[in-house]
Amino acid sequence: MVKNNLGHAAFCAIVTVIISFPILGLNLEARGVNITLTGASTSTYVAILVAAATVFVFQTFRDSLMGLLRKAPKLNPISRKQPMERSRRVKLESWIITGIVIFALFWPFFVSRGSVDLATLVLIYIMLALGLNVVVGLAGLLDLGYVAFYAVGAYTFALLSEYMNISFWMALPIGALLAGITGMILGFPVLRLRGDYLAIVTLGFGEIIRILLNNWTSLTGGPNGIGGIPDPTLFGMEFGRRVKVEGNTSFHETFGIAYSGEHKVIFLYLIALVLAVITALIIRRFMRMPVGRAWEALREDEIAARSLGLSRTAVKLSAFTIGAFFAGFAGTVFASKQGFISPESFVFLESAIILAIVVLGGMGSQLGVILAAIAVTILPELAREFSEYRMLIFGAAMVLMMVWRPQGLLPMRRTHIKLNRQE
Amino acid sequence: MLEVQNLSMRFGGLLAVDQVSLDVQEQEIVSIIGPNGAGKTTVFNCMSGFYKPTGGKIIFKGKEIQGRPDYKISRLGMVRTFQHVRLFTRLSVVENLLVAQHRHLNTNMLAGLIGTRNYREREQRALDRAAYWLERVGLLELANRDAGNLAYGQQRRLEIARCMVTEPSLLMLDEPAAGLNPAETKELNQLIVSLKEAYNVSVVLIEHDMSLVMDISDRINVISQGCPLASGTPEEIRQNDDVIKAYLGEA
Repeated sequence: MVKNNLGHAAFCAIVTVIISFPILGLNLEARGVNITLTGASTSTYVAILVAAATVFVFQTFRDSLMGLLRKAPKLNPISRKQPMERSRRVKLESWIITGIVIFALFWPFFVSRGSVDLATLVLIYIMLALGLNVVVGLAGLLDLGYVAFYAVGAYTFALLSEYMNISFWMALPIGALLAGITGMILGFPVLRLRGDYLAIVTLGFGEIIRILLNNWTSLTGGPNGIGGIPDPTLFGMEFGRRVKVEGNTSFHETFGIAYSGEHKVIFLYLIALVLAVITALIIRRFMRMPVGRAWEALREDEIAARSLGLSRTAVKLSAFTIGAFFAGFAGTVFASKQGFISPESFVFLESAIILAIVVLGGMGSQLGVILAAIAVTILPELAREFSEYRMLIFGAAMVLMMVWRPQGLLPMRRTHIKLNRQE
Repeated sequence: MLEVQNLSMRFGGLLAVDQVSLDVQEQEIVSIIGPNGAGKTTVFNCMSGFYKPTGGKIIFKGKEIQGRPDYKISRLGMVRTFQHVRLFTRLSVVENLLVAQHRHLNTNMLAGLIGTRNYREREQRALDRAAYWLERVGLLELANRDAGNLAYGQQRRLEIARCMVTEPSLLMLDEPAAGLNPAETKELNQLIVSLKEAYNVSVVLIEHDMSLVMDISDRINVISQGCPLASGTPEEIRQNDDVIKAYLGEA
């Protein structure tokens, strides 16, 4: 076995040297106007050789090493236990979720402003991921341009407030509806497409929207973006130090408490929390309704679904529209949170991250998607100390995840349906 | 109730179906047989709307339906099964049956979100119908299993149940006995006959299992290389020289 691997191991070691030497071993140095090529220090060369040797040794003894790894005891001590009874599990799950929501309601009053701000971002991602979960996880339509609907929601609010002085609460439904309509319009041309082709076309749509926002300078301000987006108000009470809109009162004066910048942050967090919970509940309901079952049927077998009288057009468009609708929701909250938006915030990477959340969480599984949204948003923040390596760690975590648990954190479970015997 | 007149289907230079005619009366089992590649499934695909026939007429309940989209044809009460079972494998057994009843349900999203009375009643009726048919095909105990985890014979029966919950008037079965053992084939035989007698359904059947075909068919149409070869009662077909030649080769 070891003998067979020698050739392969030598090849891997050489590739390691070829890849790492130009990157690490050669430096470009600018001296005045000239650029010269200099070698790196001896320690770097030694490190490259050590790395190549490590690769060589690992590849040579790969089989026995991997064998050992497989024999290692299972990390999960409860994996051998019997699964819980269904009715008990469902009850326990709903109690835990209620507990978490209640905890989330009071949590911001005891932590720092930075954490609350991050948590708001997490909630926005949860909304986005739950929406995309409808399109990708349930309806099986791979959408790589989802961020476009997020942008529509955010820009709707920004433009409405800039040109027509419309408040957050008015803009929220308008933004979501406009995003939904955009979703429906973009859905039409891609009805016949599946899989890779659909992915490419939606990717194109995402870019079109972003480039449009970037170049329509007269309306959107182009790359400069739009600033001065107002904060949400609570029954006409503003959270700023001074009241900006005539007729409004300020929050701290009404309640006779000292002004604090934290009020606004916490209020935004609570709005995001409520909207995220509403999103989750509505989509959960959809999943058990005829439309949700139709989405999944179309994902499983389009031909069979049509032969049973499901209209492909109606089912696909409803998935696109509802997914986009919730992205619009999230976009409006995002615009309000940032106070300033530009096309920079709606690049393809955003779509990719939201998609990664859905895949990591487990396609179709709401709880999984929520967990993944928390993990994907918070992990890079926690890994901030590793600064430049944090994206590397993030990437490695994803690769490992897909190797060991391709079905996602919490795969979707089918709801149990009770039937009565018929005579 | 169904009349197919001079149906033709051309794929480029290939004339897959040439001037095939058949008709189905109420409560009748009509079989289509023929050697492999004769164009039987193509006829099915034209009838169920997957293909737009290039010639001929298909009249169902007095309406010309050739060229209509598949989902509209199935809503008229003409549903089919597939040669290779096509279940929604990652949905549970009962969900498969609920999807099939989509058009009997209240699909208004607002009604569903609020849970109006009409919505709940229709949903319950669909569940009851699903339970009835699962009991009928012996799958009630497996209602919450993933459809993909069923044994092959069970998947075949589920596919028929999935058609029946749509309350069709015409059922098209494409090789329902393929891959079944003799005992299962016998059960299938009884099931199809009972569908006709108890539920007032007409059946069009494509099948290679001759004992099944001869046993349950009221009439048989033979197709060979896309052309109609013979039609008649099982007895007539059994004695038809052309049919014997097509199946056994010329002596």
